[in-house]
Amino acid sequence: MSTTVSSGDDLRAIETIRRGLAHSPELRTGLVPTLLLALVATAGQVVVPIAVQQTLDHGLDAPGGVDVDYVLRMGLLAALAVLVTGVASYLMTSRLFRQSERGLATLRIKAFRHVHELPVLTQNTERRGSLVSRVTSDVDQVSQFLVFGGILFIVSVGQILVATVIMLVYSWQLTLVVWVSFGPLLLSLRYFQRKLSAAYGVVRQQVGAMLSAISEPVVGAEVVRSYAVQERTQAKIDTAIDIYKVASTRAQGFTAFSFSLGGLSGGLANAGVLVIGILLGFAGDITAGEVLAFAFLVTLFVGPVQMGTQILTDAQSAIAGWRRVIAVLETPADLADPGDAGVDLPRGPIDVRFADVSYRYPGGPPVLRDVDLTVAAGTRVAIVGETGSGKSTFAKLLTRLMDPDTGAVLLDGVDVRRVRSRSLRSSVVLVPQEGFLFDDTLRANVRYGRLDASDRDLRESAAALGLGDWLDGLPHGLDTRVGQRGESLSAGERQLVALLRAHLADPDLLVLDEATSAVDPRLEMRIGRALEELMRGRTSITIAHRLSTAENADEVVVVDAGRIVQRGPHADLLAEPGPYAALHASWVAQQGAGLRSGPPDEEPRDRVS
Amino acid sequence: MATTAAMGRERASAMRDGFAVLAVAIRREPWVFAVSTIGSVLFGALTVADAWVLGWSTEHAVIPAFRDGEIGSGVLWAVVALFVGVAIVRAVGIVARRLGAGIMQYRMQAHDRREVTRKYLDLPIAWHQRHPTGQLLSNANADVEAAWGPIAPLPMAVGTVAMMVIAVAQMLFTDAVLAAVGLLVFPAVVVANLVFQRLSSPLMTRAQQLRAEVSEIAHESFEGALVVKTLGREEEETARFAAKSHELRDVLVRAGRIRAAFDPILAGLPSLGVLAVLAVGVARVETGASVASSVVTISYLLTVVAFPIRSIGWLLGEFPRSVVGFRRVRSVLDAIDHTPYGATVLPAASPGTGLRLELDGVRFRYADEQPLLEEVSFTVPAGGSVAVVGETASGKTTLTALVARLIDPAAGTVRVDGVDVRELAAGELARGISLVGQTAFLFDDTVRDNIALGAEVSDEQIWEALRTAQGDGFVAALPDGLDTRLGERGASLSGGQRQRIALARALVRRPRLLVLDDATSAVDPEVESRILGALRAGGAGTSLLVVAYRKATIALADEVLHLADGRVVDRGGHAELLARSRRYADLVNAYEQEEVVG
Repeated sequence: MSTTVSSGDDLRAIETIRRGLAHSPELRTGLVPTLLLALVATAGQVVVPIAVQQTLDHGLDAPGGVDVDYVLRMGLLAALAVLVTGVASYLMTSRLFRQSERGLATLRIKAFRHVHELPVLTQNTERRGSLVSRVTSDVDQVSQFLVFGGILFIVSVGQILVATVIMLVYSWQLTLVVWVSFGPLLLSLRYFQRKLSAAYGVVRQQVGAMLSAISEPVVGAEVVRSYAVQERTQAKIDTAIDIYKVASTRAQGFTAFSFSLGGLSGGLANAGVLVIGILLGFAGDITAGEVLAFAFLVTLFVGPVQMGTQILTDAQSAIAGWRRVIAVLETPADLADPGDAGVDLPRGPIDVRFADVSYRYPGGPPVLRDVDLTVAAGTRVAIVGETGSGKSTFAKLLTRLMDPDTGAVLLDGVDVRRVRSRSLRSSVVLVPQEGFLFDDTLRANVRYGRLDASDRDLRESAAALGLGDWLDGLPHGLDTRVGQRGESLSAGERQLVALLRAHLADPDLLVLDEATSAVDPRLEMRIGRALEELMRGRTSITIAHRLSTAENADEVVVVDAGRIVQRGPHADLLAEPGPYAALHASWVAQQGAGLRSGPPDEEPRDRVS
Repeated sequence: MATTAAMGRERASAMRDGFAVLAVAIRREPWVFAVSTIGSVLFGALTVADAWVLGWSTEHAVIPAFRDGEIGSGVLWAVVALFVGVAIVRAVGIVARRLGAGIMQYRMQAHDRREVTRKYLDLPIAWHQRHPTGQLLSNANADVEAAWGPIAPLPMAVGTVAMMVIAVAQMLFTDAVLAAVGLLVFPAVVVANLVFQRLSSPLMTRAQQLRAEVSEIAHESFEGALVVKTLGREEEETARFAAKSHELRDVLVRAGRIRAAFDPILAGLPSLGVLAVLAVGVARVETGASVASSVVTISYLLTVVAFPIRSIGWLLGEFPRSVVGFRRVRSVLDAIDHTPYGATVLPAASPGTGLRLELDGVRFRYADEQPLLEEVSFTVPAGGSVAVVGETASGKTTLTALVARLIDPAAGTVRVDGVDVRELAAGELARGISLVGQTAFLFDDTVRDNIALGAEVSDEQIWEALRTAQGDGFVAALPDGLDTRLGERGASLSGGQRQRIALARALVRRPRLLVLDDATSAVDPEVESRILGALRAGGAGTSLLVVAYRKATIALADEVLHLADGRVVDRGGHAELLARSRRYADLVNAYEQEEVVG
């Protein structure tokens, strides 16, 4: 039922690349010409060594003395080769950049879309940050590798291959000398890389711990201050910073050491090449120019082995990042939109039926058991019950944030699973307790309910809900910036915005889940009365702690331990002994009803215009 | 013309500022800098030496051997010793350079992070309120990192300059004419490099910014996932995200094209230089003006020195980011705002006596905004209790912040046991008062640490506080009880559970004044009434100031203050106010009135 997004660790590298390419077809487009260009580009690296060899053997040491003409002709040819290979290099790199970034943008957007398709439960169990990183840093890592490490990798492998071929043409013995000098290092790259990536793994972990520690004096400023725990907080921060510093320095030490080995091998190779080359020269197997060309060719090995561990590390984190993105894409969206096969709900009040619905959260006990409930179109129903009785589950099943394990939820006789998402979302609106706001103006947030609404529509909506005064009282009105997550507004005001938004969406079925819990009682009652008017001719289902809501509903449904234990109008339920009467008694006591009174000469009925 | 000049000046000043930032680092870590620079110079010198060794070997070993068909073994051993020796010393140089640069960079970062967070702890809440959370977090992290970014390529760049000087000297010494041909290459590489940096660095900056924006959209959109889903706005959200992602993609593709153009230029320039040296060199050898080994040495030098020259570009390329980061960090460190503390210690009171709180003519406003509180005066007698009742945004939370001295009044005084809170020594007020706010902030720590916050309290005391807060049940059910880690901001708990832990945190200190700012709003009413019952049963030694809506909470108090638009509009017993004030009655009776109406 509920799925968690896997880390993708079980996916093998080759499989990751295969699926990654399938998700971003752009990456494969024109890959063969790009690789051919890469081959030409790398050939540019051996122009200089060959030119040096030619100059020495045929220019300086020519049979008839120094041959300037030969060197000039050869030089021009070589310059041409530098230009041609340079153009090839340009084409290769820019093509690689273009195709990689296109492919990765596609992947990023696909993954983003898919996160929104995931079941609410999955969205809630995943840490938000971890979902965000799958469409940001994980994709960036793949991008970094493809356009930096990837180019480096292609060039390095090409360079070593081309250099080896040229070397073999000159002398297989000296080629062997060079490979013996670099072989052990090439073979141990994997080992160094493992060491390094372990060291950097520790660094990354410590970055997380450090960031969490340094955020405390900012996000928890008031608590730190009011409990005077500055020293304790600073001590925690200092420790986290130090651990991070030590871990980074250690990793840096490893990198420096492994990097230095490339030059060491280069020195060995040069010494070997010259000495053995001279000895071979006595036998007439090789010319002086060829020996010296080797010294230039050896430099082509140094770069790749120096960067080898870095390339491997980048490759590893790119594969890991790619895996994590693919894992998101391959997490089933089990609330799939039926699409064309589905039906649209007709507009107008909706009747609701729960047909033998059972639901349990994964690994938990059942929260709803065999619930059978019909709500006639156009009625107002309140669902009440103690914390944990399963009230909110009703709301989530109704709005298809989750699907029942058994049974079905029917709207106008149609299983919600068969209703097209567009239709469902425009007909059924849920106002949750925490109405999330985007960091934008009040206007933009309210219009999220209906994208084409005008300012006038917004004001009319506010007036209809009795919120006109509140809106007018805001210094910047509809232009008020609500801040991140709406934090510039109070919790109560955020709920007002969410209500306005829902009202503007003009649903046929409105589901309120503790939607006014944070506004002050007087305002809550005002809104309640306003909503009552507005919901005439529509269906509404309200879930609330405050039983005042229940008193005005057409019908009250009492839930206990996942079952409906009582239902009927408020007055009837109150009259009979049972759970509702008990709930109500405790609610009344809580309100201190004994103290209720008011100035006798004043009219307490304060209708809001 | 004028704008070009202005831009030139700006660039020059960015360069100067960049060097100024580096100077700060060098002054603070002179020894590490010295070691890494010496390492780098060593590396540079020995890279040049390598070319010299090759030239020497050509002249004394390769050419004589091929010419004469024989060579002494001593010369061959010398070749081996020179190449291997140079390689080993150069490897040492690399380690010193890279490790030194790393150590210097990490030390500077750690130092600034400590300073910045120390400052955050010291700056008053009013300052915090003026600065967005995200900005403060990035000041302590990304900006610190950016400020010291140039340290990584610094020793390499210094070493490269040294290497270039040595290389040029050696080339001139070897053959002045060939050197002149080769020397055209170095400036050309430097210029190409600078042009490359200038073209690509604005794009890289833009890409960085776009990455942050892409991430912001994802963050916000996923956080609002429920709203997106319930309103069926997936398409619109995806379009919003796609637009930014495409913008990022386009910038990266453009940056890629620039790099694609400059890579072959930077690699090709030295190659062309070598070809020129070969051509001119051969001609000079023909006339007897030069020898073969000089041609080899200078060619090799051009090949090995050209690449490191790029590090100068890397260094200068980091400057703009570094200067901005450094300024942002400085702006925190230079903030002069602070909370002045006095030296007064609260007079020792007999244990179990509540604190006496007096507010006298208190006014508060944020700069240039409407006043939030005006002329507020009241007293909570020792052991007494006062409820503050008022509509949303009437100034209740501001009042509690003043009492806990999170902010200071613009006029008037807040006194505890007769002492102005501004005269109390640091930490003194917190010994007497515990504030529980509307939103419970929990640390990424265990339940025990979150409640004790370093105070010396036994587990029994913690459990007792949890019992009073009605939190013992769910804490006992957590996988590791008090040792359960709560994760960032207590994400694993419900709102009501977080509030109960925050309440226990206040109670465990046995505060002499407990300030509750709607601290049980997310707790359901029955649990809340049990909490209040427990508070009432335990509370003679604690004075209480409580912000509340619910009547049961209000009924706890001896006196009720009715706050409206920042003023105390009425005060007295709950029943008294009900009988007297229509506005008050409307506010607290809302539910029952509804019953009458409905």
